[in-house]
Amino acid sequence: MKELASPLRKFSLGGRLDPAVATAFACIVILLLIGSLYSRNFLSPEYLLQQLKVAAFLGVVASGMMLVILLGQIDLSVPWVLTVGAMMSSALAGYGGAGEVFAIPFGVACGLAIGLINGIGVAYMRIPSMIITLATNAVAQGLMVLYTGGFSPKDTASPAMRYLATGFAIPGVPNALVCWAVVGVAVVLLLTRTTFGRSIYAIGNRERAAYLSGINTRRVVMAVFAISGGLSAFGGVLLAGYASKAAQSMGDAYLLPAIAAVVLGGTSILGGRGSYLGTIAGVLLVTLLQSILSVMQMPEFGRQILYGAVIVLMLLLYGREKAIGR
Amino acid sequence: MPLNEPLFRMEGVSKSYGGVRALEDADLDVRAGRIHAILGENGAGKSTLIKIMAGVVAPDQGRMILDGREISFPSPAAANAAGIVCIFQELSLIPDLSVADNIVISNPPRRFGGIDRREQRRIAADALARAGASDIHPLALVKDLSLSRRQLVEIAKALARRPRVLILDEATSALTAADVSNIFVVLKRLRSEGLALLYISHRMHEIAELADDCSVFRNGRKVATYPAGSKTNAEVVELMIGREYKNVFPPKPPPVPADRPPVLECRKLSWSGRLHEISLTVRPGEIVGLGGLDGQGQRELMLALFGVLRGTTGEILIDGKPTSIASPSQAKSDAIGMALIPEDRKTEGLMLPMTVRDNLSFAALERISRHGVIDGAREQAMIEDMVRALAIRSAGVDIPVGALSGGNQQKVVIAKWLMNRPRIILLNDPTRGIDVGTKQELYVLFRRLTAEGAAILFYSTDYDELIGCCDRVLVLYDGAVKRELVGDEITEHALIASALDIDAAGPAAKAVHS
Amino acid sequence: MSDWRFRLADNRSTLLAVAIFVVMFILYISNHPAGLTANVVQTASNKAVLLAFVAMAQALVVITAGIDLSVGMIFVLTNCLASWLVVGTPLEVGFGVLAVLATGAACGAINGAIVIFGRLQPIVTTIATGAIYFGIALALRPFPGGSVDETLADALTGRVFGLVPASLLVLVAVVAMIWIPYSRSVTGRAAYATGSSEAAAYMSGVPIRRAKFVAYTLSGLLAAIGGLFLTFFTYTGDAAYASGNAYTLFSIAAVVLGGVSLFGGRGSAIGAIFGALAFRTIGDLLFVFDFDPLWQPLFQGLVLLFAVSVGAVALFRVRNRLDWFA
Repeated sequence: MKELASPLRKFSLGGRLDPAVATAFACIVILLLIGSLYSRNFLSPEYLLQQLKVAAFLGVVASGMMLVILLGQIDLSVPWVLTVGAMMSSALAGYGGAGEVFAIPFGVACGLAIGLINGIGVAYMRIPSMIITLATNAVAQGLMVLYTGGFSPKDTASPAMRYLATGFAIPGVPNALVCWAVVGVAVVLLLTRTTFGRSIYAIGNRERAAYLSGINTRRVVMAVFAISGGLSAFGGVLLAGYASKAAQSMGDAYLLPAIAAVVLGGTSILGGRGSYLGTIAGVLLVTLLQSILSVMQMPEFGRQILYGAVIVLMLLLYGREKAIGR
Repeated sequence: MPLNEPLFRMEGVSKSYGGVRALEDADLDVRAGRIHAILGENGAGKSTLIKIMAGVVAPDQGRMILDGREISFPSPAAANAAGIVCIFQELSLIPDLSVADNIVISNPPRRFGGIDRREQRRIAADALARAGASDIHPLALVKDLSLSRRQLVEIAKALARRPRVLILDEATSALTAADVSNIFVVLKRLRSEGLALLYISHRMHEIAELADDCSVFRNGRKVATYPAGSKTNAEVVELMIGREYKNVFPPKPPPVPADRPPVLECRKLSWSGRLHEISLTVRPGEIVGLGGLDGQGQRELMLALFGVLRGTTGEILIDGKPTSIASPSQAKSDAIGMALIPEDRKTEGLMLPMTVRDNLSFAALERISRHGVIDGAREQAMIEDMVRALAIRSAGVDIPVGALSGGNQQKVVIAKWLMNRPRIILLNDPTRGIDVGTKQELYVLFRRLTAEGAAILFYSTDYDELIGCCDRVLVLYDGAVKRELVGDEITEHALIASALDIDAAGPAAKAVHS
Repeated sequence: MSDWRFRLADNRSTLLAVAIFVVMFILYISNHPAGLTANVVQTASNKAVLLAFVAMAQALVVITAGIDLSVGMIFVLTNCLASWLVVGTPLEVGFGVLAVLATGAACGAINGAIVIFGRLQPIVTTIATGAIYFGIALALRPFPGGSVDETLADALTGRVFGLVPASLLVLVAVVAMIWIPYSRSVTGRAAYATGSSEAAAYMSGVPIRRAKFVAYTLSGLLAAIGGLFLTFFTYTGDAAYASGNAYTLFSIAAVVLGGVSLFGGRGSAIGAIFGALAFRTIGDLLFVFDFDPLWQPLFQGLVLLFAVSVGAVALFRVRNRLDWFA
């Protein structure tokens, strides 16, 4: 049994390759094939690279969401935390000088702070995550509405933000993708190589047993929500850099796709089970699906319907729970 | 002793799960007006037998005959309709509904399309009275009741279905002694009313008191049926384990010198009206037992020592130094070195879907890591040592721990704490519901640990264990230490007498209100 | 203990929601320049019943320990459908209303069927079906428009005997005709049992599937009643994504304020209605206290945050830390 302790086992954390992850990757291939029927360009390196770049924004947000879902919780504050990250970094960048230097850390720190409130609420006050994150989302929205007076903010992203989202530090590899890769590697190491990661799985499985095992469950839960807030805000920073400025409802398009990506990647929405490889697959799947639907020049309503239907179908393929009873 | 036709009969019933024979060619006669006890180790086929009778699973082969007619049950509801009702080990009550709602849950009385609440109330009150629990209010929510009371509701719920055959699967394991004696009165009355009762229990003295007939199962086969009282306990255990019954307890070492400083001491420990000024000492090398009726504060005492309870008063001393313990993570730290084997391995000890490896590591994450980063080689080595030392029988360490037998699961719970090399080990009923063979291995293990210098505080609901394993026993009553028994003083008679607080005035009144 | 104390304890959370609303409403009326007039009550009622219907819909599902994130989209979809169908001769209007209600029920039934037979988690299922329902709404009304029978609309949003708001009467009628029979039926009890402990319900032979299916279907129906009323107020159909999302999120907030446990098995639709009324009154309070409407999102967030934090006070009475993980 010793050979099973190979890096692959550690990486996918479930014996060999998880069937859910394998199915997700198979679905990606099928989507690409379907896409190539519509356009030759679909399999071109440029197009694929462009998709990866678009996926990077979702990937960063979904990384935080995955950690939260592994705990058996949910983070519904993504939309406005993301917007806070975008608006606050742009706002600080507007001051020039030191403001530009600290724009990115400031945006992320705002997200961390909101995430911390979520974490304190869930871990120390035992408020259901669905409701506390809903409340902080509303508060964040309220603050941003007050800040902007209800209009689109005039601040623009700093050059550093733009470089991070659209530049090429390594020739041919978009910086946004590098950002996602860095976040991804960090999450994988966190989950597979650290006591913190083990604790996340333990809490997601059974918090009571984790607590009685002497794991500091509250600190872990709080930290995970803070990380999720920070990553959402970082996603917002990148998006603001990508679009050169922040916008009121820029975060709305990221909540449900992030949850969908994590779940399509085989992570149990009940917590305790899932691998980052799956989340990568889920993010690519969701991004490609959205892209193909727009390439097919599907009107918006058709995109929505197909998007929902495909997610249901894919989940029916492999996301089913065990039936109760024997 | 009527030898007429049995009310219910099983002939040649077999059942396999994926190639594993769970039950093989079993015959069983259940007669009206008698209590039939089923004995056997875990995995002997008892639970499969019950599930087949209750319609939860279908047999592969064999016949079932009720009232001389052959029958088969496609669902539990069909078995219920035929008059066979089972009270399962896992509670089937719905916490947020009232007692009355629960009692009629599977077939509520209806009027004008809705539920007839008045009739429901009447049925519930009636069933509660039959179960000897008329002090439970029908409108109380189940989640506000103690475990013991819930079990009584469970029995009332079964009686409301008007059963002819009533199956009780470890139905008393959660009950306090007072409720057990209540239930026994009820069961004997039901027997006299002509019900057939099938009684599954690990507790020999309960079977001795109740049963008319006994059947012993081993490895999926029925090995014997005999009238109760015709065999000695040693003979019965021999039938169950298939080999000669020897003293299962390892010999006790000479007593620890009284001048050896205690590693754990508590002085006047009190909590929330449930613990009253408990003082105790545990020295390295000692096994100190906690006795008394179930639910007299033993669990709370362990949780208090382990830092789980809030608002405790009094002092806890580790190595003679006053220490305040605010969480399990602090309790397991090197300075204290405490471990708690919790009472419920499924919800408190293990993550059932996770692997044996992950489970073994959870309490010792600090030991297998540096600066929060896990050292895989070190983890692997420690796990291998532990699997070997405790002889955990498992197809590798990368299978879900839920796939192991109950005894091996319990070994994993203990092993995961031993990974952390604790100095003080709190055992909360560690042998509940596991087989005789594994129990024996655990007793030897506990002695080995104390020989290596550990101090053990051992709560058990089984008096034989306290007698066989412990150097001293503190008997708790109503959250306070009633008596300390040392060495030869630890006898069944002394344990029971002090557990019932017989020395105190008005013992009966006090014992019942618990 | 006598019976009434048990009954009181059983309905405590609902009564608390009623009390919160009453206090807020008194505060509102006593500071309103016009005071308690039929007109003020009519306006307040018309604004509040929309959320009340959607909150009822959410409550039915939450009681089974599920969640319906598509409820706002069913609300929008039925609004768009009504703007096509509820016009013409009285007969056509009548059939139109029935068709709209049937569509809502069908949407709920689809959710229920996927959750029960597909064995998918309600949260991901309804995220996906929500996209589908919104897509259909968008197909029906790519741009805001359409019309509705004005006689019916005015009758149902006006006053009866010049005093009582008709919308309030409809709400009461719906409670009397749907919620009360349901909550007293075997199926309703099964819904509570399923939500409280699905495993125990299964062991007790409770019809779990029927309970869930009926709960989701009725939920769709109630959301459709809400959608109909939206059309009666606005005279148009509008596939507004933000509005659908907001109603979903507000419905969860209302359910929590109304004392329905997100873990299932506890609370009532009546509590959810008062939760919705209280949530709506927040905005009105800001109005009478002369706050800039821009403050409304922040206040709604803060009230929600406050409400869930108050529930956490009970934690300080917990003497056994294991109770955190119950």
